[in-house]
Amino acid sequence: MPKITFIEYNGTAHTVEVEEGLSVMEAAVNNGVPGIDADCGGACACATCHVYVDAAWEAKTGEKNESEAAMISFANGVEPNSRLSCQIKVTAELDGLVVRMPAGQH
Amino acid sequence: MTAGIVIAGAGHAGGAAAAALRQFGYKGTITLVGEEPIPPYQRPPLSKAWLKGEATAESLALRPERFYTQQNIQTRLSTTVTAIDRSGHQVQLSDHTAIPYEKLILALGARPRRLPLPGFTLPGVLELRTAADADRLKAAIHPGTRIAIIGGGYIGLEAAASVRALGAEAFVLEREPRLLARVASEPLSAFFHAAHTAHGVAIHVNTQVVGLKGEGRVEAVLLADGTELPCDAALVGVGAIPNEEIAAAAGLECRHGVVVDAQARTADPDIFAIGDLTQRPLSLYNRTGRLESVPNALEQARQAAACITGRPAPSPEVPWFWSDQYDIKLQIAGLPFDVARLVIRGDPTSGAFAVFHLDAEGHVQCVESVNTPAEFMAGRLLIQKRKAIDAAALADQTTNLKELAA
Repeated sequence: MPKITFIEYNGTAHTVEVEEGLSVMEAAVNNGVPGIDADCGGACACATCHVYVDAAWEAKTGEKNESEAAMISFANGVEPNSRLSCQIKVTAELDGLVVRMPAGQH
Repeated sequence: MTAGIVIAGAGHAGGAAAAALRQFGYKGTITLVGEEPIPPYQRPPLSKAWLKGEATAESLALRPERFYTQQNIQTRLSTTVTAIDRSGHQVQLSDHTAIPYEKLILALGARPRRLPLPGFTLPGVLELRTAADADRLKAAIHPGTRIAIIGGGYIGLEAAASVRALGAEAFVLEREPRLLARVASEPLSAFFHAAHTAHGVAIHVNTQVVGLKGEGRVEAVLLADGTELPCDAALVGVGAIPNEEIAAAAGLECRHGVVVDAQARTADPDIFAIGDLTQRPLSLYNRTGRLESVPNALEQARQAAACITGRPAPSPEVPWFWSDQYDIKLQIAGLPFDVARLVIRGDPTSGAFAVFHLDAEGHVQCVESVNTPAEFMAGRLLIQKRKAIDAAALADQTTNLKELAA
């Protein structure tokens, strides 16, 4: 199974294994990784699963859709590599993905 | 080992509280007691993806079953808390055992309101709160069947959209002059009325249901004017009432919900209450209220977990809510208190618009956004900031929302 590393704002790293087909958000939530709230459960309605995708992975994680782009542009600390992790689907290609968390989701 | 924390209620709020406690470093025993036979799951998809067969039990689950083992969270499912013994610091369970607690979190939720009308106990009369309810509803929906939906609120309308997606007929009966009368502005009601009508849902407003009839099973809805509308099943979605009985019996203050403060504490320092169950402060609006939403449950779960683990209280969040019907994504932030005027941004007939609710000083109190996520996010920020804004600038779609909200 692909491995994903989540790095908390304080630097703590969590590497988890995740089934393909789930979202990066679900990978965090299912494993109790702190720092991703995901209040809406993946409906792209809340922008509380904000992550920064490491530069090396930006191409592989794909483009933001219109709705995600609109939501995330208002999130705290938005950067060009900001994504909503509920909108990134885990594939074999993403094995080794590293994402970083913002200071807070609210 | 100390008595630890007992969470009464294993819905979204209870499940989130257990997870938040572990995330915040709580090391003691956590026992999650829930009436339903399955671990906490997401209720919002029940009226949508689940009904349409697009979700699995796994995708519905808040967390996989292994999470509870890995995090050392004890689950007592198919079990209810029947009484709270405050002086003895223990709860009685429906299986006649008792468990001690150091801290108790009440997450008992709410239950669908039932109408005391003839025929409402007939087979085929359904409600929608639990996964089991949703399965019964799903079993009643087949191409060509007619589903009567009593109550034009969010549950009813989301179900109507799913019924149509499954090729069945739906008609909605609403007592008030408009859909979503208690929870949405008139422009939003009008938009949803038109959208459902366009999708083939018959909407009857100003319509008083007086009973249901059928031989052994519901066959028709009876209206006050004598009309009988035939149906194969009826879904009743007319609001919910908080499950506050055991809290009230234990002497905790209840006022249409268990009364809590901004950290989800009751007057008993060892008892917290969270989610649909609570009458809570709405700090942005200088009043209290009971909110039925996932974000509310999660916010209060975090408040209780932070308080118990000695973390700083999280800053208050703007209440919000979402609903998906057909290709319509509705997001609402804030609450429509003290509203002096409505400002509509965008054209409702285009299917993408937002209704901003402003108070007399021009503060945004609430935003209802339809397929306009940027308006939702900007509105949420504006509500939080309490910044007076110019209504004309807000209505003008060439005004940059990020600058307006900055």
